[in-house]
Amino acid sequence: MNNLSIIVSNISRNYDSVKALDDVSFEVPRGELFGFIGPDGAGKTTLFRILATLVLPDKGTASVEGFDVVKDFKKIRKILGYMPGRFSLYMDLSVEENLSFYATIFGTTIKENYDLIKDIYRQIEPFKKRMAGQLSGGMKQKLALCCALIHKPAVIFLDEPTTGVDAVSRMEFWEMLRRLKESNITIMVSTPYMDEASLCDRVALIQDGKIMKISRPEEIIADYRYQLWAVRSGRFFELLSDLHAYPGVHSVHAFGQSAHVAFNKSALLMDDLRRHLIHAGYADVVIEEIRPAIEDCFMELMSQ
Amino acid sequence: MKRFTGFVIKEFYHIFRDYRTLLILFGIPAVQLLLFGYVITNEIKDARIAIYDASKDEVTRKISEKILSSGYFILEKNLNNYSQISQTFREGKTKLVIVFGSKFAEKLQQEGKAELQILGDASDPNTANILVNYATGIINNYLISIDIEQMPMRIIPEVRMQYNPELKGVFMFVPGIMAMLLMLISALMTSLSITREKELGTMELLLVSPLRPIQIIIGKVIPYVVLAFIDSCVILAMGNFVFGVPVQGNIILLLAECLLYITMALSLGILISSITSSQQVAMTISLMALMLPTILLSGFIFPVENMPVILQGLCYIMPPKYFITIIKDIMLKGNGFIYVWKDTVILAMFTVVFMMMSIKKFKIRLA
Repeated sequence: MNNLSIIVSNISRNYDSVKALDDVSFEVPRGELFGFIGPDGAGKTTLFRILATLVLPDKGTASVEGFDVVKDFKKIRKILGYMPGRFSLYMDLSVEENLSFYATIFGTTIKENYDLIKDIYRQIEPFKKRMAGQLSGGMKQKLALCCALIHKPAVIFLDEPTTGVDAVSRMEFWEMLRRLKESNITIMVSTPYMDEASLCDRVALIQDGKIMKISRPEEIIADYRYQLWAVRSGRFFELLSDLHAYPGVHSVHAFGQSAHVAFNKSALLMDDLRRHLIHAGYADVVIEEIRPAIEDCFMELMSQ
Repeated sequence: MKRFTGFVIKEFYHIFRDYRTLLILFGIPAVQLLLFGYVITNEIKDARIAIYDASKDEVTRKISEKILSSGYFILEKNLNNYSQISQTFREGKTKLVIVFGSKFAEKLQQEGKAELQILGDASDPNTANILVNYATGIINNYLISIDIEQMPMRIIPEVRMQYNPELKGVFMFVPGIMAMLLMLISALMTSLSITREKELGTMELLLVSPLRPIQIIIGKVIPYVVLAFIDSCVILAMGNFVFGVPVQGNIILLLAECLLYITMALSLGILISSITSSQQVAMTISLMALMLPTILLSGFIFPVENMPVILQGLCYIMPPKYFITIIKDIMLKGNGFIYVWKDTVILAMFTVVFMMMSIKKFKIRLA
C-alpha cells in the first residue's frame, strides 16, 4: 500500500491579485514530522487551510490519506486534527469542557483516547476547572493540541502552534510532537522560528508562496557551501555594515550578539579581518570559526 | 445524535455564563413591558383645563361640574376674558380650554341652542383629540339628560368598545411587545452567537469537524427556541397578572403561534449571520433592519390601513404584522384557528424560505 500520507501537486491559490501559493508540490510519508518554515505571509496558513479542506485551491490537486481535499472533504474531516493559527477554543468553557466538547463532536470521549493525549493533558490537568480564557499562552496551545488530538486523527495540521509562546513551553511542545510520532500520526507543522526546523524530520522552506527547498535538516546544513565566522565587538550596527563592505564577504547576518560572516571557503584570513577591524577602531574584537546552524542555511536560502 | 446534544449543551454553557446575554433574555422583556404598560399610555387622567365662563348661570355651572367630576380633568384656572386663552396655552400646563358664550342658559331655553367652544392644545395632536372627544361626550350627555322630554325625536347611540371596553393601551402593547422582543431575542441572539464563532476562529474547527451544517445551525437555534418560548410565557403572564390583559382564545394555539414566530425569527437570525462575518455588522443589521420595521410597519403602534399605499405594501412583507394580527385575534377576540390560519400559513412560509436560504448560504468552507 502507498505509504504517502499527504500528496500536494501543483497547488496555486490567489487572493485577489496576491499570489498566496504558487505551484506548490510536495509529499509527506505517513508518520513523518514535517515542518514548514517561512516568514509571515509566506502562504503557510493558506496551504494548511487547503489541506484542512477549508479553502479551495485555484489550481492543482492535493490529497490527505488518499482522499481528495475538494471531492472527499467530508471523509478528510473525519480523520483530521487541525489546530488553527489563532487560539480557537471557547474562552468561556473550562479546560475540561473544551476537551470533552471536541471529543463529543468527533464522536468519541476523553476516556477512549486518553492514552494519546495523557502526556500533554497531564500538564494542564491541574487547571482543568479553569476557564480556557484564563490560561497562559503555552497552556492554551497545549490544550488546543489536546483538542486536535482527542479523536485520534491520522493526520494533524498545526498552524504556527508555538507563535507567541515562551521559549520553555516551545521546547516542551516540540518534545510532545516528537513523542506523538510514535503513534504513527503524520504531523505537519508550520512555524516562523527557524531554530525549530532542526526538530522536524524534514522541513520545507516557503517564501512568497513558493517552496524554496525541502530536505532533512542535516542535509540542509550539509549543503551549506560557505565558511562561517562569528564576529563580536561593540558598536554592533556599524560592525554589520563594515563587515558587509569587507572584500570577499558573501553575506552578514545578525544572530543575537554576534554577526555571522559567510564567505567562500578559504577566501579570507582571520588575522587579516581582525587587523582590519582593530584598525577601524573596534575594541574587543572576537572572531571564531563556527559550524553552520539551520538558521544560517535558511538565511542563505531566503536571500537567493 | 450524541455529537449534536454535546453541541447544544455547549451552547447552553455560553448563554448561562454570559450574564449580559441572560440580562437581555430575561431583563429586557420585563422592563419593556412595564415601561410600555405604565409610561407610554394613551389614556387620559387628570388633564388640566381652563374654563372661561362668560355667562356664569346655572347650566354652565352644572356642565363645568360634570366635566370636572369626570375624573379626566382638573381645573387649572378660571379665565375672565377671551384674550387670556392664548396666554394660558403658552404657559403649557393647560391642555384644554372650554368657553361658554354669554347668556348660555337663556339662549338654550329660548332658541334651543347655545354657544360653547372647546379649544385643545394641538401641539400634541393625539392628546388634544382625545381630550376634545371626552369633553364633548360629557357635554352631550348632560344635554341629553336635561332635554330628554323636550326633543321630539332622538337617536341615542350606545357605544361599546368591543374586546377592550376600557380602551386600555396595554391591550395593544402586549401583542406588539411580544412581536418585537421575540424578534430581538431570536434574530439578534442567534446571529450574534454564530458570528461570534466566526470572529473567535472556533468556526474553523467546527467546520473541520464531522458536524454537518444543519446540525450546527439547529444546535445554535434550539437553546434560543427554549429561552424565547419561556420569554413569551413570561410576557403573557405579566400581561395577564399585572395589566389584566386577558387570553380569550385557546392558550395552546397561542403558544404554538409564538413558537412558529420564534422559529421564523431564528431562521432570519441565521440568515443574517450567514451573510455577515462580524458581530458588529450582525448586530446593526438585526437592530436596524428588524427592530424598526417591527415597531413601525407591523401595525404595532400605527395602523397599517392608514399608511400610504407604498408603506402598506412594505407592511405586507413584514412577518411581525401577521404575528401581531394572529395574537390579537387569539388573545383579545378569542378567535380559533379557522380565523387565523391564513396568517399562520404566511408566517410558516416566511420560516421555510428563511430556513432554506440560510442552509443554502451556510458556507462549508472559509471564504
